[in-house]
Amino acid sequence: MNCYLGVDIGSISTKGVIIDDNNKIITSAYIWTEGNPVNAVKKLISILKNDLDDKYIIKGIGTTGSARKLIGLLLNANIVKNEIMAHAIGTLSLYPDVKTILEIGGQDSKIILLNNGIITDYAMNTLCAAGTGAFLSSQAKRLNIAIEEFGPLALKSTNPVKIAARCTVFAESDLIHKAQVGYKKEDIVAGLCKSIVLNYLNNVGKGKKIKPPVIFQGGVSKNIGVLKYFKDILNLDVIVDNNSHLMGALGIAILAKKNKTDKIYDLNIQNIEFLTKAIECHGCSNNCEILRIYKDNKLIDSWGNRCDKYIKN
Amino acid sequence: MANYYIPAYYLISKTLNVEIIKTPFITFKTIEIGNKYSPEFICTPFKYTLGSFIEALDMGANVLIQFGGGCRYGYYSELQKQILKDLGYKFELYNLVTAGKTDIKRIYKIIKKIDKNFNLFKGLYYLFITYKMIKYMDKIDDYIRRNVGFEVEKNSFNNLLKEMLEKFSLVNNPISLCYLYHKYFKKFKKIKINKPNNCLKVGLIGELYTLMEPFSNYYIEKELAKFNIEIKRFTNVNYLLFSNKKTTNKALKKAKKYMKYKMCADASSNVYWTKYLGQKKYDGIIHIKSSFCTPEISVMPILNKVANDYNIPLIFLSFDANTSEVGIKTRLEAFHDMIEMRRK
Repeated sequence: MNCYLGVDIGSISTKGVIIDDNNKIITSAYIWTEGNPVNAVKKLISILKNDLDDKYIIKGIGTTGSARKLIGLLLNANIVKNEIMAHAIGTLSLYPDVKTILEIGGQDSKIILLNNGIITDYAMNTLCAAGTGAFLSSQAKRLNIAIEEFGPLALKSTNPVKIAARCTVFAESDLIHKAQVGYKKEDIVAGLCKSIVLNYLNNVGKGKKIKPPVIFQGGVSKNIGVLKYFKDILNLDVIVDNNSHLMGALGIAILAKKNKTDKIYDLNIQNIEFLTKAIECHGCSNNCEILRIYKDNKLIDSWGNRCDKYIKN
Repeated sequence: MANYYIPAYYLISKTLNVEIIKTPFITFKTIEIGNKYSPEFICTPFKYTLGSFIEALDMGANVLIQFGGGCRYGYYSELQKQILKDLGYKFELYNLVTAGKTDIKRIYKIIKKIDKNFNLFKGLYYLFITYKMIKYMDKIDDYIRRNVGFEVEKNSFNNLLKEMLEKFSLVNNPISLCYLYHKYFKKFKKIKINKPNNCLKVGLIGELYTLMEPFSNYYIEKELAKFNIEIKRFTNVNYLLFSNKKTTNKALKKAKKYMKYKMCADASSNVYWTKYLGQKKYDGIIHIKSSFCTPEISVMPILNKVANDYNIPLIFLSFDANTSEVGIKTRLEAFHDMIEMRRK
């Protein structure tokens, strides 16, 4: 039987799903990237392979997320696409009538507006990581709370503190101040969840018409505290799918299915040595950083040049 | 800035008896130097121009020319003068536009100071040729922007443009310039393109420097051309120098619904252009600005409203000294996928 692999390599976590011809998820995995996408993907693939029945053959591989290009090379992917498309396609396969997708990931957040299954508008956060998962997890560490307990703790609060939501630097100093004057931990945590929502709606969601059905996804969607404040502030029902963290991977797997060829892929990448070397081109004072990708000591691709002066060799 | 150094060089070399130092093209070094000596939250063009000034001074320049505009741009020359003096450079910096006004008499006096033997009639004669040159260049650029994404042979437009600009810089009278322009326009039209009738069309609007200096917008036009997109850009030097006021007045009339009063810099024009692109059924609009550009930030909510009314997708991109190039590429790719999907 045919199956298709989709891998979404984000800054914080790496997600993978394998689907069949009916877009049904056969198996999935979710692990931390830990700053090393190549190793993370090797680990991810070995998990997926263990779960996969022998009767399946892989007919397509797609990659998305911030390391999509590199991992696309590693896996010989037949499609490499940006996260926005992947998330939209993945969500549409489960909720064909979705109008708004709210997505908060580790390092970025985005909003996608759709109409009749077509993306009509989108926005991504610019410049800073305020209001993303990375900020939440760093604050959780500072407050010495496991990130999994964050949501339930926030729900206990009846009086969330007000936190400057504009900028992480101000938010953090505000948080410290609130903690030092003796606010309860749950009130601070609830305030933080609320500030994430306000920041998101004021930055990414600015000027966008949020219409139901609204789907909330990305790693942060697992935080029930943030979800509660989205519902309260938008005054709408916000749906979180059980697989909300896998939507990008699901979407890219579907795209890989659409782009399939007769080629059959194997997943024997454990022993492939993959190396990125950066060299500086001194052709002009741009000093472009050229990334050269080696697979088993053989140069397979290089990128980063701004002109044609630097020739692949 | 882009290819405009050619008419500028032409004008100065023909009229003034001075040694001209061509600063190298803007590179990472330029922005690194500029960034080092600039206030952190100043708009990015300040950093680029300061970097270029320092590169020029290091090469031996002693006269610098700066302009001013209807936003923070108006303070550039004063602040840059002070920063460069503090760094110990010896130079004269002339600002040709002060308090938002171009005072011809003042400019004449400055020119006389630079070159005592300056001949006014000769100056006006070459000024006229330069004016025409810029106009022709902008017309050709507009044609290239619409078609370069569909060229059959790679770089054919770029190579011909280079050839044309070389010829342009050798002319001595307006008639031969006009002749050259028509000759090359015909050649441009003969370049083989593979353009479908219903290709994707995108308008570029926003802040002038970041729009016009390709290095500062990470060659966005080239990136869009790779997706086979026809590009429309209104901002060019011809607009800035000669038709700015006219366009602003027109904008206030045509986009009356969205604004009552004139907004600073090119904000009003951008509102009008957004409406224009919406009416002409373009597939999308990309708004470009340098980070911290106040006029463009203040106009964003209005642009959103116009785009909503005309149901045209609009994205905003900000560029600073350290903006991630990968991030920009991701957004452009997604934008292209979206407008393509909307077509279907």
